[in-house]
Amino acid sequence: MSIAHQNGAAPPEMLPGASARSQPATSDAIRISEVSKVFGRGASALLALDRLSLEVAPGEFACLIGASGCGKSTLLNLVAGLDAPTSGEISTGGQRVALMFQEPALFPWLTAARNVELALQASGAPRAERRRRAGDLLDVVHLGGFAGKRPHELSGGMRQRVALARALAQDAEILLMDEPFGALDAMTRDLLHDELDKICAERGLTVLFVTHNVREAVRLGDRVVVLSSRPGRVIGEFTVPIRRPRRIDSPEVAGLAATITDRLREEMVRHGS
Amino acid sequence: MAADTGARGPATAAGSEAAALAGLDRLEIPQARDSAGGRGRKIWGAVWPKLLAIAIVLAIWELVHLSGWKNDILPGPAAVFSDLWQQMHHLLLWQAIGTTLRRAVIGFALALIIGVVIGALVSRIKPLRAATGSLITALQTMPSIAWFPFAIILFGATTNAILFVIILGAAPSIANGLITGVDYTPPLLLRAGRTMRLGKIAMYRHLILPASLPSFVAGTKQGWAFAWRSLMAGELLVIILGQPSIGALLSTYQDQSDIAGAISIMIVILILGLVVDAIFTHMDAAIRRRRGMLDPAAG
Repeated sequence: MSIAHQNGAAPPEMLPGASARSQPATSDAIRISEVSKVFGRGASALLALDRLSLEVAPGEFACLIGASGCGKSTLLNLVAGLDAPTSGEISTGGQRVALMFQEPALFPWLTAARNVELALQASGAPRAERRRRAGDLLDVVHLGGFAGKRPHELSGGMRQRVALARALAQDAEILLMDEPFGALDAMTRDLLHDELDKICAERGLTVLFVTHNVREAVRLGDRVVVLSSRPGRVIGEFTVPIRRPRRIDSPEVAGLAATITDRLREEMVRHGS
Repeated sequence: MAADTGARGPATAAGSEAAALAGLDRLEIPQARDSAGGRGRKIWGAVWPKLLAIAIVLAIWELVHLSGWKNDILPGPAAVFSDLWQQMHHLLLWQAIGTTLRRAVIGFALALIIGVVIGALVSRIKPLRAATGSLITALQTMPSIAWFPFAIILFGATTNAILFVIILGAAPSIANGLITGVDYTPPLLLRAGRTMRLGKIAMYRHLILPASLPSFVAGTKQGWAFAWRSLMAGELLVIILGQPSIGALLSTYQDQSDIAGAISIMIVILILGLVVDAIFTHMDAAIRRRRGMLDPAAG
């Protein structure tokens, strides 16, 4: 399926909207078809998403990128089931969906371990079992030694890792991430990219990852989907043929990122004129 | 496109990356502050300004006394404290304190229950809120002493009249504290709770109630202040024979023009108020400290 561009500057694959249509419907982990979302009514109505279609295969890491106002967060909310589309359909094939935000959104009155435990509540497991699994999950994000700390005693990167552990605790096959590393410093972010790579590969997670950062998208994604702004729709898709492990500062990543950035700029120019 | 996922090989530098993370964690965790001097110094630091304040008040009082202003009526600190000391050796004062505290505890407990029930209902039910929101605020602005004629006609000169006014004074603040707390539950945490599939009850138990705790404690503290004032006003107005209370003692000393006795009782009232206030302040600080809402340098 994927066309290996050895050189990042090679012409990218651009299949607006229609990328994975050729695959049978059952093989998609996330299937978004012709989804529109309108906020408000009448004259003040805002079309946030316009007949957007996107499929994500099981185990695929898809990155969504776009300028402000492309409705990325709206789309994640729809996929997470926190909101309903105005028209169109979204299917996650009955799989469980976990959502991670830009802010860790941890409960400040609970310790790191209790925050993770709370996410296990829905599983109905007994208390001792939940406690054990929360400990295991904190080990996965290398925070085993900080189980008893409260969020305010942790750094931003550590809080975001607790949030990741909490998302993993929901035992979801699909992980939706809304700029989860947007507020972190570059060094921490690089390390978390490595972590996320590993965790997703080990657990075979399907990921829909929203970011503003083109290099981050290329560093992490199997595929980068470019959205237009106001209304949001898919205007380009780029398969990332670079082998893992990747580095965000490698020339391959930079090359493809430059191509995608150019495509994004065209979209911004369109809005400016 | 999914064929690409196969290329996600094992991270080669896994070990060093975990070590880098651990190093970064250690650097970023705020170092434990060196608390040399420890507890004793901390307590002393909190106590000496209060002692100084008391000393200043006593000094001014003594100066006024020495200046001879209203010398025939106004006693100096020494006379008042010896009066207080004598009163402390009589059962009457302790009985009075007992009665007053019992009324305070019962009235405040009832206000707490009623305030929480009203707050919970109003924050849950939208139309109820539209109807009663401003009513609760209006109740709060009503000086509690203005309720007494009504209460005394309704219940007679009984403890119930006093409890009624305490509840009217305190419950609105407590309800308001809870409503505000529920309102200000961060929407992001609510979203997080929903994505975690917390049920309705779990959402309240694990998210909304803990999130509203600081505001609830603030409302409760304010409610206590109203309750205490209502109680003192009530005890001055509603004097029940055979039930010595702080207010009744104060009223008696007024009738006897025993100003030293009256000031002694006022000091008792002040001390009781300060002790309860300290309890609330301590609760508030403990909650804030747990949530990182307290500046460690100030705490």
